[in-house]
Amino acid sequence: MSDVPADLRYTKSHEWIRDNGDGTVTVGITDHAQEALGDIVFVEIPDQGRDVDAEEACAVVESVKAASDIYAPLAGEVIESNDLLNDSPESINNSPYDEGWIFRLAPNDMTALSGLLDAAAYQQVVEDET
Amino acid sequence: MGLRTPLYSEHERLGARIVPFGGWDMPLHYGSQIEEHHAVRRAAGMFDVSHMRPVDIEGPDALPFLRHLLANDAAKLTAPGKALYACMLNPQGGVIDDLILYFRGPERYRAVVNAGTAEKDIAWMQSQAEGRQVEIRSRDDLAMIAVQGPDARARAEPLLPEGLRASAMQVGPFFAAEDTHWFVGRTGYTGEDGFEIMLPSEDAATLWRALVAADVRPCGLGARDTLRLEAGMNLYGQDMDETVGPLDAGLGWTIAWQPEERDFIGREALAARRDHPDRRDFVGLLLTGRGVLRSHQNVLAQGRPVGEVTSGGFSPTLERSIAFARVAPGTPADCAVDIRGKPVSARIVKPPFVRNGRILVDL
Repeated sequence: MSDVPADLRYTKSHEWIRDNGDGTVTVGITDHAQEALGDIVFVEIPDQGRDVDAEEACAVVESVKAASDIYAPLAGEVIESNDLLNDSPESINNSPYDEGWIFRLAPNDMTALSGLLDAAAYQQVVEDET
Repeated sequence: MGLRTPLYSEHERLGARIVPFGGWDMPLHYGSQIEEHHAVRRAAGMFDVSHMRPVDIEGPDALPFLRHLLANDAAKLTAPGKALYACMLNPQGGVIDDLILYFRGPERYRAVVNAGTAEKDIAWMQSQAEGRQVEIRSRDDLAMIAVQGPDARARAEPLLPEGLRASAMQVGPFFAAEDTHWFVGRTGYTGEDGFEIMLPSEDAATLWRALVAADVRPCGLGARDTLRLEAGMNLYGQDMDETVGPLDAGLGWTIAWQPEERDFIGREALAARRDHPDRRDFVGLLLTGRGVLRSHQNVLAQGRPVGEVTSGGFSPTLERSIAFARVAPGTPADCAVDIRGKPVSARIVKPPFVRNGRILVDL
């Protein structure tokens, strides 16, 4: 059973979102997603300063087998990307919710965060898929 | 739900991630595809390849039939147990399937064909055999386990039937030994030494468990794909198919042009293709920039598309991305590949990338 921390928000496309409490959020992919992808060998992280729309593809995670787009959960500006992933893409497999974070975003509208899935709703998405 | 091999419950028990493949439910990996890959390069791993299909071809006309059916020449097989890699072509010179043909004795052959194409292959063989004294028998009663890696043969030896051990250990590369029920080929699809063992389906789980106990690591289709790519081996449906023949897929070496009077299916079309201006070179690619090569990406020279990646992926041994590609003749060695709209630098190299555990290309 994959790990779904209760304090995060989620998307149907398997991103997790952490409220940093300072008007920014951190985004990564869930434990379920990393497990489904298998060994991750390359991550294309978004450029700092890039403006993204909600549900816009803005990063790519490549596992041995396939490339997967990662979507911005909210509209806003990318304020930081996880450079560690350039050398250690496997951090996403080993630590999807901590070291394997992908980018930080300053959302245009922080209240939109509450419109994303909570842990229970995401758990249901995963169960429906399997 | 897809078809299941006799080892399906073993895969489930080992926690395999199961995926659909060629109509079958097969293990993709048992935890880490990369670790499975390394196990085969460094020690020993095994694959359930029971979805592939042995086909016995026997009878007084078996040899003339096979000499007509295949682009490689079955008459090369004179020593018992010897194996031959061959393409079975359509009249247009496209590949219906690629297969391994074993010579078992006068008028007795065994072909092993791909899982996804088995039914089509057998129907084609039957149609071509009409009017000849040849029996084509699909051996769905057999399971098949490939044990591969530098330690593979040593670990498998004690688990073979006693009467077959000595002869199996003596067969040279690309030869097979057999007894009444088991058939052991020193063949494989990983670029390492090893055995492909065909045995009665009801014995498969026992052998599989004994191999696990002998420290042979179960490996899934994921590792099989990265191993074969490093080893420079083609994959049917990606590198060649019914529209792309052997000359455009790096398989020119499998066409036996001599003797000239041998009339095999597709010969005329291939002869015309040899000097055709559209013919493409089949090359290896090493990605020197960052990213992962995938099939259908465009190869670029001076910013213009000059070819296409046919099979690509990450090479765990090289820790780089590698690929096969079909490119216009004369494409410079230093080229690029269009990865999601960005040109990423790459270099043309000669496959194989890895053989018997050794890296064969300059990084």
